[in-house]
This record gives sequence, structure tokens and C-alpha cells, in this order.
Amino acid sequence: MSRVLTAVTTSPARAASIAAVVVGVLLPFWVGAYWLSALVWVLIFALGALGLDVLTGRTGQISLGHAFFLSVGAYTGAVLGLTLHLSALLWIPAGGAVAAVVGALVAPTALRLKGMYLAIVSIGLVYLGQYIFTNVSYFSGGPGGRSMPIPAFGSLNFANGLSIGPIFINDDGLYYYLAFILLGLGMLFVRNVSRTHLGRSMTAVRDGELAGAVLGVNVARTKITAFVVSSFIAGIAGAMYGSYLNFATPGQFDLGLSVQFVAMIIVGGMGSLWGPVLGGLFVWGLQSELDSLASSLPFLQGGAHTSGIPVGDAAAIVYGLLLIVFLLLEPRGVVGLGHRAALLARRRHVLSRGPAVISSVTDSDTQTHQKVR
Amino acid sequence: MTTFALLLFAGLALGGVYALIALGFTVIYRASRIINFAQGELLALGAVLTAWLVSAHGLPFWLAFAIGAAATAAAGLAFQYLVLRFAIGKPDFTIVMLTLGLATVVSAALDAKFGAVPISNGDPWGSSVLHVAGLGLPWVQIWTIITAVLLLAAFWLFNRRSKYGLAMRATASDPEAALSVGISLRRVHAIAWGLAGLVACVGGVFLGGYPNSVSPQISDVALLAFPAIILGGIDSTTGAVTGGFIIGVVQELTAGYQPEYATWLGQNFYLVAPYVVMIIVLLVRPYGLFGSRPAERL
Repeated sequence: MSRVLTAVTTSPARAASIAAVVVGVLLPFWVGAYWLSALVWVLIFALGALGLDVLTGRTGQISLGHAFFLSVGAYTGAVLGLTLHLSALLWIPAGGAVAAVVGALVAPTALRLKGMYLAIVSIGLVYLGQYIFTNVSYFSGGPGGRSMPIPAFGSLNFANGLSIGPIFINDDGLYYYLAFILLGLGMLFVRNVSRTHLGRSMTAVRDGELAGAVLGVNVARTKITAFVVSSFIAGIAGAMYGSYLNFATPGQFDLGLSVQFVAMIIVGGMGSLWGPVLGGLFVWGLQSELDSLASSLPFLQGGAHTSGIPVGDAAAIVYGLLLIVFLLLEPRGVVGLGHRAALLARRRHVLSRGPAVISSVTDSDTQTHQKVR
Repeated sequence: MTTFALLLFAGLALGGVYALIALGFTVIYRASRIINFAQGELLALGAVLTAWLVSAHGLPFWLAFAIGAAATAAAGLAFQYLVLRFAIGKPDFTIVMLTLGLATVVSAALDAKFGAVPISNGDPWGSSVLHVAGLGLPWVQIWTIITAVLLLAAFWLFNRRSKYGLAMRATASDPEAALSVGISLRRVHAIAWGLAGLVACVGGVFLGGYPNSVSPQISDVALLAFPAIILGGIDSTTGAVTGGFIIGVVQELTAGYQPEYATWLGQNFYLVAPYVVMIIVLLVRPYGLFGSRPAERL
């Protein structure tokens, strides 16, 4: 009986994952060039948000230093890929690895502090990072920035595109699939980690650090590991971000970028697998949608009219307001809205069939309910 | 020696601004145990509004300043009444992120309206200096120090002698106990947000004085006040003020001497010097010079 119920409760999630993969693979053939490029950004940002979610959503540590780890990944990629001409198989993972090492070096100091203090120190990290990268031009090209490598795996060079029989995939398409694979791997990794001892320790640290410590959770080690995992994913996202932009300046990796990631995980839904993806889709999709509407909406700057609100500002106002609205009304974000809708639908379904199954429905819903501290 | 005295004076003026910003952070922290990430944006709002009233509407500086300060205090109050009021009792994380949401909205709105073009803040002193003992002290710095000291003294009196100051101190020490003896937390929070807006505007206007100017990006300066509150201890108003002055002096001295004597540190080191001080303090005394170590209970 219980196995049947497990199958029933997990199969919609599995079906949804399979559907997402199928849609994801076919999407580039359906959307135009403009939205394809926007989707690459969505995937890269979702990957970065996934990294932040490990630290903030799952371990409960407020960090505004995420942009710093992206910059470490980006410049590692630049040095290995362009200066040393290594393969993308090396420089993309190396971006993550170096960011993780830097994270491991910073974490013991940063994590001595709790809550608000950590948030402040992580801001310091962004500033120190910008200062270091502005001055050490071997890595970063100085204040003016440097160009970034375009991925090449053996004979497959992203700059030339790829022909498979009658199908031609251009550089945007290749970036799309690479980011898609990286995001998929990242999600799988985070999902698996969340089901291990470490994942449960992270939840314990988030929901009650002292209580966890009393029960034998090694709080310091859990936080440091979460920090390292988060930095690793951020580094890979940073390498992809710089590469897709073809260019990276120290100024890009500012506090505003960190805040965008925070907005993504909150709007999407913290501590859930799909939250960062939905958040990335939302925040970046909003920007792209406004961009494409700019020439037809009179109050936006773009196309023929030079007056009006710049698109970046309009998007920031909207996601700032959404951040406030979600925090007040649905702290679990878009994912939480989905849970509510599913709960409503199932409750209706169950009521029409009788009371026997109600217990299993409420069980699964209490499990997905995330307590956010 | 002359250079040193001038740098020290400039450092004290900058420190006065940091002390005001840090005070803004601290009053809110004491009321609700959170960092207000929108403090920088409140500062920019006040400074830009004041400068705009002078330059675009020709208002006299003092009138514009008063309107700017009132409007910024009102913005803080409005945020408390429209948003934070509904978040009392929610986790700290939620409240911090709400202030980050406010910061995002205000910063984007200011950028959309005023762009990145700096405007003069319209103060009557400009670049004029007072010659004392062979030193040319800029009037704007003199007035910054006077205003900061007066405002800090007024806050001290308010905090120590008034009924609401007592209520604020009671809330800082134990919100639930304060509530149980009939203190209105809502009013305490409102006062904290109004005060934070007021000091932010004053800090912003003086920060925009010669040789600087005012633009929405001025909000970044508030982030440099974080080292001040860490140095002083986040929950101590004395600490915030002391930390503010120390960080101001450190930053001006670094800006003055580092390019000459420590060129290997590269460009803009003075902008990160406060953070370097902060990290050293955190390693030695994690809760600052005057801060209290938080006690925990299950």
C-alpha cells in the first residue's frame, strides 16, 4: 500500500522532470533568435541561483557575496581558456574548482559570524573582489576588462556552430545546450546532496542551528561545505556568464548582481529544486520581455523614444516589488504557489472520492512545506 | 604636517557622515534586530531630492534640505507602515530581504528619474575655505562636523531622556518584555524608521558637498558605513558613532598617503581600506568594540 502511494506521489514529479527535459531540448527549434539568447541567460542565471540557494535557501546563511564567486569563475576561465589555450572541458570546471577553493579559504572567517554579520561581510567580499580584480590586470585585464574564451571541445568550436545532418545549431544554440546540461547536472547534484547526511545537516542548521548542534550536527563543517558547494556552482555559472557575454569587466560583478540572485531564489522559491530555475526564468524573462516591448510601450525607453524609464530600471522596480509581495504573501515563492494550486486540486479530487486517502495527501504536503528562517 | 592636519579634518568630516549613516543602521537594528539594506537608498533619495529642489526648482538650500529630510523620514515611515508592519513576527531573514526589495525599487526609481548625471547639491558653501592657523579648512567640512555632532547629541538626549527613547532602549533589550509593559512596538519601529530616514538625508546632503556631487550612485557610500557598525558593534549607538569617525579618518588618511607611500596597493585602495579594517576587527573581536555578544537559547 505504502509503495503504491509513494509511486503515486512521486510520479507526477518525475513526469514533470521528463517533460521539462523534452521541452528544454526542443525549445531552441521553436523560439526565435532573440528568445534563444534570452533563454541562454535564463539558464546561466538559474545555475548561479541554484548555487546561492544551496547556501541561503537550504542552509539559511544570508550572503550577498555571490557575484564575487562568479567573478572568480569567470576570470579563471579567461586565464585558462584564453591565456593558456586550454580546452573548455578544463576551463569551465576549473572556474568552479577555483571558486570553491576561494570559498573554502573565505568560509571559516565569514562563517564565524551569524545572520546579519555574515551578510555585511559578504558585501565586503564583493568590494574586495572588485578592488583586487581591478588592480591585478593579469587575470582581469584591469578596469577595462578582458575578452572571454568561447567554448571549444576538440573539433566542436562554438564560434562555428554545429551541423548534424540537415540540422544546423548556431553558437547561441550550442551555448543553450551546454548551459542546459550544466544546469541539469547541477540540479541533479543538489537534489542528491539534499538527500544525504550533509543535506539533512544543512536543513538542521537552517531551521535551528543551536538545536542541530545539540543533536550532534557539526555546524561549522556543514556551513563551510555549503559555502564551498555554493561557490563551486557560482564559479561555473560565472565562467559561462563571462563566456556568453564574450567579455568580463570587474565592474559587472557588483552588488547589484548579487541582489539579482537573491531576488531570483526568493521569487522562485527557496530550498526547492525548481525555485532557482523559475526565479531565473522570471527575473531574466521579465527583463527580456520588457526589452522586446520597449519600442511599443510609451513609458519605456527604447526604439524611437529616448525618454521614459530605462528597461533595466523598470525590470528592477518590478522584481523589487515582487520580492516584497512574495516575502509577505508567499515566502515559498512561485514554487509555493504551485504547491498551493496542487493542494487545492488534490483536495478537491480527494473530497470527491472519500476520506481514505486524505492522510497521504497531507503527508506529502507537510514534507514539501519548507520552513524559512 | 599641514597635509596631515587637513586629511585628519577631512577624515573627521567624512567620519561625521559615516557616524550618521551608522546611527541609522543601529537604531533600526536595535528596534528590530535587522540590518536595513535600504539605508543607502534612503540616503540617495534625500540627497538627490534636496539637490533637485535647489537646481530644478530654485528653492533656497535650507528649505530644500528641510523638505528633503522630511520626505526621506516620511519614506522610511511609509515603508514601515505599508510593508514592515505586516512582517512583525516573521523570521529576520524575511525582514532583511524586504529592505533589500525596498533598496532595489528605490535605487531603480531614482536611476530612472535622475540617471547617472551628477548634480551639484546646491549648498551655499561651495568650495570656500576658512583660514585658521595657516590651514584652509573647507566650510562644507566644518558644517558637516557641526551638524553631525549636534544631531548625534540630540539623538543622545532623545535616547536617554525622552519617553520614546526609553521605549526604544527597552525594545532593544527585550522586545517581548517591552510589549508586555505596554510599549507599542509598532510606534518604536516607526520612530526608528523615521529617524533612520532623517539621518540618512543629512548624511547624504553633506556627502554631496564639495568636491563631490550628488547622483543616485551616492547610495554606495552607505555600504562603506558597514565597517563602521562592525567596528563599533552593531547594537551600540556609541559604537556606531565611534566606529564612524574612526573609519572616516582611516579612509581619508589612506586616500591621502597610500598613492604616495604604498603605490603597490594600486588604485582605489582607500575604498576598500574600511573593509580591511573591518576584517581585522572581525578576526580579533567579532562583535565589535562596544557590541554585545548575542546569547542563544533553544
